[in-house]
Amino acid sequence: MDVRSRNHVRVSGRPGGPVVMLAHGFGCDQNLWRLVVPALEREFTVVLFDHVGAGRSDLSAWSEDRYSSMDGYVDDVLEICRELDLGPVTFVGHSVSATMGVLAAARHPEYFAGLVLLAPSPCFIDDPAAGYHGGFSAEDIEELLQSLDANYLGWSGAMAPVIMGNPERPELGQELTNSFCATDPEIARVFARVTFLSDNRTDLAQVAVPTLVAQCSSDAIAPPEVGAFVHARIRGSQLITLNATGHCPQLSAPEETAQAIAAFARTLR
Amino acid sequence: MMCRADGDQDSDPDPEEPPDDDQTFSALLEDSIEDLYENAPCGYLSTLLDGQIAKVNTTLLNWLGYKRTDLVGRRKFSDLLTVGGRLYHETHFAPLLRMQGTISGIALELRAADGSRLPVLVTSTVKAGMDGRPLLIRTTIFDARDRRAYEQELLRTRQEAERERERLQQLATTLQKTLLPPALENVPGLDVAAYYHIASIDEVGGDFYDLFPLAAGTWGLFLGDVCGKGAEAAAVTSLARYTLRAAAVYDPDPAAVLSNLNTVLYHEYDGTDPRFCTVVFGLLTPDGGQGGFRITLASGGHPPALLLCADGTADYLPTPGGQLIGVLPDAHIATITLRLDPGDTLLLHTDGLTEAHTAIRGERYGGEALLDFARTLAPTTAQGAVTAVRDLLDTFGTGVDDDTAVLAVHVPRADREEQQ
Repeated sequence: MDVRSRNHVRVSGRPGGPVVMLAHGFGCDQNLWRLVVPALEREFTVVLFDHVGAGRSDLSAWSEDRYSSMDGYVDDVLEICRELDLGPVTFVGHSVSATMGVLAAARHPEYFAGLVLLAPSPCFIDDPAAGYHGGFSAEDIEELLQSLDANYLGWSGAMAPVIMGNPERPELGQELTNSFCATDPEIARVFARVTFLSDNRTDLAQVAVPTLVAQCSSDAIAPPEVGAFVHARIRGSQLITLNATGHCPQLSAPEETAQAIAAFARTLR
Repeated sequence: MMCRADGDQDSDPDPEEPPDDDQTFSALLEDSIEDLYENAPCGYLSTLLDGQIAKVNTTLLNWLGYKRTDLVGRRKFSDLLTVGGRLYHETHFAPLLRMQGTISGIALELRAADGSRLPVLVTSTVKAGMDGRPLLIRTTIFDARDRRAYEQELLRTRQEAERERERLQQLATTLQKTLLPPALENVPGLDVAAYYHIASIDEVGGDFYDLFPLAAGTWGLFLGDVCGKGAEAAAVTSLARYTLRAAAVYDPDPAAVLSNLNTVLYHEYDGTDPRFCTVVFGLLTPDGGQGGFRITLASGGHPPALLLCADGTADYLPTPGGQLIGVLPDAHIATITLRLDPGDTLLLHTDGLTEAHTAIRGERYGGEALLDFARTLAPTTAQGAVTAVRDLLDTFGTGVDDDTAVLAVHVPRADREEQQ
């Protein structure tokens, strides 16, 4: 299995510079970083990739068995690090990928110079017994899974043939609108379950590499308490709150986001 | 109405005149932009980039039961969504809108003031200022209640169809298993292997094989192919299998076994739906002290078996003149008797193998190619031959449109030095 084509890995930026690896979350693909990348490329080697099932990853590599838990994605991240062999990287994980970064760094700290956890949430579902406020009830999450089902017809009919790649029908090869976030509905459903039903709160304490927790000032998905929780559980971590609003600061405030990543990565040299 | 014109010439001319021409004309012109916005047949909503509602039309307010002051400057667009919709908005909708500047036809649900939900289709565009920087998000919202109900019905039937298909596949797989021996009988002094290639998981195929003990030191084996596929073919397969087993006990002479099967199938299907099959039946007995076996093969219209010899040669074992089983009242059965020496391998197959379309030009694989293949393979073992055929079938991919069964019997060399 060729890891680079499986995950559509792309390396750009300054050769030999410190390595920043950007991991997208649930919903879209590496395009999500496109406003941030130019600012980082001047100084860093930038590694982009798509999770298997997203973007231009090799969909034939997807199996429900491997990708129905966080471990399959974590294995992929570690395999990419091993394959590129660029030395310890600053791993920037957005949303669910922040959790993947936590798990990957716990397993192989030697691969990571540091972690940037962007709008992270180790557990989306409230746990009143533990006084944990994740922002959503179990019923809320069930509703999300249903809303994915509601787009099932549109996705499977209009999107799937495009993202499946149809060499014998070139007219389908053009990039359609919405294709950045187009996913096979079955894959989206499985990834949504991994994203929103996983509970990795206890894994945070395993992180032993320098970590920056960067949360947004008004985020409907990861409320400020969650950022504070992650910061409290990772020893020696820093917490910053970006002015960016929404859950995707790399789009709503790309300069601020790039600056935060770069400033942190510089301290790791 | 269509017939009215012919007799109505004398009726009164229409005396009515429009009471106010200007008003009608004005209404036709739709020159009140404000009214067009407020009472359009769709909802309009404008928000700041962070989602804060800046402007909303009367249609949408009426749909949701809000007052303008409830929303403008106080709520965000995502506040109007259900929780699931909000997550979808944050992870898909908003990022796409940022990247593309527009997003259209997204199915969401809005929450009305009274808690009820309104299924809608949402389209948004980003309005940029003079300097090209994004300023506002404009959104149109269409009532999609009917459409959603229709989609849900489609979704439900599609899911049902998928469940049915799974059930059918499971049934076909189970049925297939009952038609094949779970494991081949262990024959002392012989090495045996078999493989069944399923061409379609939706349908039961009609190929079958078995190997079983008869009297002491005697084994029966058969491999065949029932015409057709599906449940009806499976019924014939089942009948053929049990008849062969019973007939072999009654009279193990291979030609007699196939004659009896012919009689049974001929009587069973002597009517509107003739069913027939091709079969090769073999009787195996140890032959002499050197580990060899004697085998008599009877064939009823079946592709000839292959003999892959210890010396590296290979050839078909012709059984000419054998007729299809179940078609004629007295089918002619062809037999051949030979000795399998240590190192020899007998390979039986069904025509799914030779009829398969090759990957290269889509031509059928054919008997010649199979013989060449066997010659490169010999000498081999039972497992070696079966594995090679399995790999060969894999190279054809979807070109194998019929089920294929192979059964191999090999006499190991005394020194157990097997060549690959």
